[in-house]
Amino acid sequence: MAPNRRSPAGLRRRDFLAAAGATLAAPAVLGPGDALGQGTPRRGGTLNMILNPEPPVLVLGVNNQGPTLAAASKIYEGLLRYDFQLRPQPALAKSWTVSPDGTLYTFNLQENVKWHDGRPFTADDVVFSIGKFHMELSPRSRAIFQRITEIAAPNPTTVTIKIREAFEPFLLMFDVTATGIVPKHVYDGTDFRNNPANATPIGTGPFKFNEWRRGNYIHLTRFADYWKPGQPYLDDIYYRIIPDSASRGLALQSGQVQLTQSNDIEPFDVPRFQQMPNLAVETKGWEYYGPLSWIEVNHRVQPLGDVRFRRALSMAIDRNFILNRLWFGVGKVATGAFSSATRFHDPNARIAGYNPREAAALLDAMGLRPDAQGVRARLKFLHLPYGEVWTRLGEYLRQAFAQIGVQLTMESVDAGAWARRLAEWDYELSINFVYQWGDPTLGVERTYVSSNIQRVTFTNTGGYSNPQVDALFERGRTAVRAEDRQTAFSELQRLLVAEVPQIWLMELAFPTIYDRRYKDVIVGGTGVQASFGDVYIG
Amino acid sequence: MRDFARRFARNVGAVFGLVLLLAVLALALLAPVLFPVDPWQMAGVPFAPPLEDGFLLGTDSLGRDVAAGIAHGAHISLLVGLVSTVAAIAIGVTLGAVAGYAGGRIDDAIMRFTEFFQTIPSFVFAIVLVAIFTPSISSIIAAIAIVSWPPVTRVVRGEFLSLRSREFVQAAIVLGQSTPRIIFGQILPNALSPIIVLGSLMVASAILLESALSFLGLGDPNVMSWGFMIGAGRSVIRLAWWMSVFPGVAIFLTVLALNLVGEGLSDALNPRLARRRG
Repeated sequence: MAPNRRSPAGLRRRDFLAAAGATLAAPAVLGPGDALGQGTPRRGGTLNMILNPEPPVLVLGVNNQGPTLAAASKIYEGLLRYDFQLRPQPALAKSWTVSPDGTLYTFNLQENVKWHDGRPFTADDVVFSIGKFHMELSPRSRAIFQRITEIAAPNPTTVTIKIREAFEPFLLMFDVTATGIVPKHVYDGTDFRNNPANATPIGTGPFKFNEWRRGNYIHLTRFADYWKPGQPYLDDIYYRIIPDSASRGLALQSGQVQLTQSNDIEPFDVPRFQQMPNLAVETKGWEYYGPLSWIEVNHRVQPLGDVRFRRALSMAIDRNFILNRLWFGVGKVATGAFSSATRFHDPNARIAGYNPREAAALLDAMGLRPDAQGVRARLKFLHLPYGEVWTRLGEYLRQAFAQIGVQLTMESVDAGAWARRLAEWDYELSINFVYQWGDPTLGVERTYVSSNIQRVTFTNTGGYSNPQVDALFERGRTAVRAEDRQTAFSELQRLLVAEVPQIWLMELAFPTIYDRRYKDVIVGGTGVQASFGDVYIG
Repeated sequence: MRDFARRFARNVGAVFGLVLLLAVLALALLAPVLFPVDPWQMAGVPFAPPLEDGFLLGTDSLGRDVAAGIAHGAHISLLVGLVSTVAAIAIGVTLGAVAGYAGGRIDDAIMRFTEFFQTIPSFVFAIVLVAIFTPSISSIIAAIAIVSWPPVTRVVRGEFLSLRSREFVQAAIVLGQSTPRIIFGQILPNALSPIIVLGSLMVASAILLESALSFLGLGDPNVMSWGFMIGAGRSVIRLAWWMSVFPGVAIFLTVLALNLVGEGLSDALNPRLARRRG
């Protein structure tokens, strides 16, 4: 849709949207690369940020929801952290090696690391956290750590992990948000979920837990014995609990908080803050999660099982309209099954662009002729009940599909019913968005392989089944070397783009909006879910 | 009848309300002619201000014509208002008539049942009903009818209590008329005026209820309605005030018109009361 340029107000808004697009295209504008070089970090200061909704507990593994990760990632640490390209960086592990056959991992740990209660951190804590704590608590970790045949601590600063067969994405599992290291002396032999110590979390991170006023704030203070010299720079972090979205916007605008993250600010409010000179709007920092949204297709419902029909639907969608009008330019248009931030993404495998005429021609070729009302096919569409913008998206899709003669009937349900209907395969079309966890084997495979057709949400609920796709995912999963994985995944992406098993829409970006005086806020692929030891007031 | 019309016409507000109401009715009936395209159609550039690009009231965040939405929304608002009121009156009159005429234990039982519904806040109850039965036009109409019948029952029962001991009723009993015939043939026509007044006001509150439900996202997702338009425009009100203001004005005018007409009817049907007030 061509932007019109008559009213002065409209002009301003559109120019500004264009500018927002430019910012996204040139990530260096606010890139941490700039910030890292400038100035020397100074000690002192407080950071107020928003946490919403209020987490039930701050112990990783006991709860792994977004708000818990955001706050607990300051208290706990993982063995590794990841940069924007998802390359592993040292955290609690100083260095690491992988044996040539890809089955033995050796981690050398930092020295003189202390827990917040003063006890020394050793390799035993790591062995306990991986081998017992997360194995018991986290289904996602369990699925991967099942591959471990032996985990040992030959000395207090070394951990060795042997896995059954080579598994190249293994190194992505050691972020604090995936496998936070917890103190063995607090948890060993207890009921992890109901340990009274869960109320006062103890980690090795740069900030320690101080106080939690339920419904009001969580206060973290600087950990003076932190192992990294000089860090952390900030004295305090306050997480303010503000459940109402309009109040969150006001708190940011008035400077009461200096940082908002994730869904704190609604997409329609983002343009307002982009215009405020004292605030920075950063969309990087979600590479590790790579949230990708798509139209969830139930392949059991005809004519959705026909690839020509799915291609036609995909071509009827103007993704740039969705990006600019519904998400106000925050995010990226999807190119295929892999988020562009996910490893092994192949930019050459792209879905066909917006072309309603060709879409209609495809339907004609299928023999789906419009009836007296101009309708070729009638389908039901289940709204994703995650907020207003998703409802607008559904309304847009209904109109976009009506153009090519596909009529959608909308169904509204609440979040629980939506998840249940998906799990029971009781839908025709819906919207979904899923984290990719940085690697196709970890976060993409589950949606497309026939072995994962389950009555569980976020599996292959659509029932897509293609032996070629299964084989390529397996090749990518079992290959030892990254190059071999790339070959398999490139071929896979080309195949998926032609098959359109889901109709991909957008790579979501959750903007982090913060006061420009704070430096080095987003320094890696996990964004606000990082330690914040580097953050300082410049 | 002419007497009634004259009394109604004496009330300027009521006439104004009637004209307004007829205008809304005309808009609803003529919507398919005035705006032949689907109101969901993304007809123009998103966020076009009023009068720009040939859109009288501007376009919304997806480029949908706000004026077309209001015209087609009028249809739904009036439909929901009328049908749910008719349903509520049917329930309310039946129960109220039986309770008032029979008296005794039956009266007690029916009134306790009515009170049970009255103690639940009606809007919250409507939300619960719509959420349980998934939002659609029929579930919304049913929910509004279910939450709005109790006042009708109380009014009708009161009328019946006072009318059943009148001489004409006793005469009918002596003449051997059947009970249903006495209820519907003798008493009900004499109790009609408060029901008509109450009904016209209930249409207004039903329209408000429907709008409130749609505003909260509990409307029928396939039907354009005023409440939905305000709800969708609320978040971008800094960017496009016209998206929520015009549907709001439409609701305001319609509800005002219904209230004025209701008051006019009440005065015209109850001349003694009106004269005392005037």
